[in-house]
Amino acid sequence: MMSALAPVSRQSLRWLEHDLLVFRRTWHSYLLSGLTQPFLYLVAMGIGLGVYVNRNGSLPGGVPYLDYVAPALLVTQAMIAAAGEAAWPIMSKIMWDKTYQAALNTPIGALDLLFGDLMWIALRATLLSVLFLAIIVLLGAAASPLVVLAVPVAVLTALAFAAPIMAFTATQEGDAGFNALFRFGITPLFLFSGTFFPIEKLPLFLQPLAWVTPLYHGVSLSRSLSLGQVEPVGTAVHLAVLVAFLAAGLYAGRITFRRRLEV
Amino acid sequence: MTDTLATPTALIHASGLTKRFGAFTAVDAVDFDVAPGEAFGFLGPNGAGKTSTMRMIGTVSPLTAGTLRVFGLDAAHDGARIRARIGVVPQADTLDSELSVLENLLVYGRYFDLSWAEARRRAIELLDFVQLSERAGDKVEPLSGGMKRRLVIARALINEPSLLLLDEPTTGLDPQARHLVWDRLYRLKARGVTLVLTTHYMDEAEQLCDRLVVMDKAHIVAEGSPRSLIERYVTREVLELRFREVEGNPGEGDYLDGRLDGLAERIEQLPDRLLVYTADGEAAAAAAYERGLRPSSVLVRRSSLEDVFLRLTGRSLVE
Repeated sequence: MMSALAPVSRQSLRWLEHDLLVFRRTWHSYLLSGLTQPFLYLVAMGIGLGVYVNRNGSLPGGVPYLDYVAPALLVTQAMIAAAGEAAWPIMSKIMWDKTYQAALNTPIGALDLLFGDLMWIALRATLLSVLFLAIIVLLGAAASPLVVLAVPVAVLTALAFAAPIMAFTATQEGDAGFNALFRFGITPLFLFSGTFFPIEKLPLFLQPLAWVTPLYHGVSLSRSLSLGQVEPVGTAVHLAVLVAFLAAGLYAGRITFRRRLEV
Repeated sequence: MTDTLATPTALIHASGLTKRFGAFTAVDAVDFDVAPGEAFGFLGPNGAGKTSTMRMIGTVSPLTAGTLRVFGLDAAHDGARIRARIGVVPQADTLDSELSVLENLLVYGRYFDLSWAEARRRAIELLDFVQLSERAGDKVEPLSGGMKRRLVIARALINEPSLLLLDEPTTGLDPQARHLVWDRLYRLKARGVTLVLTTHYMDEAEQLCDRLVVMDKAHIVAEGSPRSLIERYVTREVLELRFREVEGNPGEGDYLDGRLDGLAERIEQLPDRLLVYTADGEAAAAAAYERGLRPSSVLVRRSSLEDVFLRLTGRSLVE
């Protein structure tokens, strides 16, 4: 109960520390794989495809395509990385390496593990997003200095995905469910949540679907900051949806983690 | 049974302790007490409820019913405080394969809120204790089964626990590795650490335990020191007879039983041999010979806990 009221318990920080110790050995491969793909997308879409899009001048306000797509990719790369981290590595800690089992024999409890690993996902999302932001600035793809706020937006979006997925992971007996989750959930979202083109271009019946997914809101928020086109009402709605997903994920995770680990 | 021991000094006190998983009852209202400094064993076949009981004592598994006090604290509510003072050697090694041998100990020490310096001091000392100093910088995966077990024991000692829970500490180890583990457990016991262990090895229970309970099908079926259990449930000696004819011919056993009447307090028929429980094995063997029995092999030995188990459950432990 105590850790539910104060998620950032000392024990959850101890678990975060464990993750950092492991990361000391793996950070290079992590950054390499975490940044390569979004960077390729940035070059292929923003610069390659962008030439054709810009020629048509079809984006609202004549925004260059690179400027349009870069802040969105900032959010989606954080989201995809976090979604993956909430799936396979958590499964390993529960079932394969059983490092959770080892920690549970100490004062650390199930909820400390949940919050500790969620903080760890947030930290890595911050790291990736800061690096990605640097690339965007170097490419001159941000119109407004508000783009720095796209980093917390990316982290919040990452958590809005990671928390529910962690809750889901704790209910799984293997990684079969993750393949379905990514094939039918994460990848379609990546393509159809307004990252590469406005969702207004989607068939009408699909648009409401985009509104209820957290990625659309993260992408829209990040883009409005980068382009310097922030409007208060839209911002509030976007934030509210992201926070709601995070809260729902935390609530579910508290139940599924305890059910899985306290048997 | 628990009256005399249910004193405030009991390190562990369980009464009516029950664990159910859905409709399945893993532990059915068991009572036991463990005194400080004791080496206490749970003996029983797989599925008897030993591990479930250990997990409840370690407060990683909530009890379904009953009371369980560890260090006088309520296991249902003071889990974190109890876990801070115990060391656990689980059945599976659960070492962190991404960390080195030393790091596995360091990070574990941090879970108990030790400073890095203190965790390092203890880790180095413990690696020496379990004879793994020269592997400190190595990854965990290439270690042998015995080394991993010793590392897990070292890890369990990082918080200097007064109570150590060991779930099948030597299962899967070769004889040399087992003796090394036993030796370290003796030393811990000599230092006053209370040991609670599960095992399905009779020799392990006889070697290590001052007192033990035999569990079978979620119940405790007997309690006492290894010696007292042997005295209570079996004779001083056992005569083991093997017959070629008995193999694959269960009817033969009954026939033999008749011919051995009066020679033994009890006879246990195993698939490959007869166990004749008697005070004097040599005399019984001679008498059997006089009655015309021609066993292919004869062995007289002292009774062991394995015989106790056969007596209590009517079947062999090591299946």
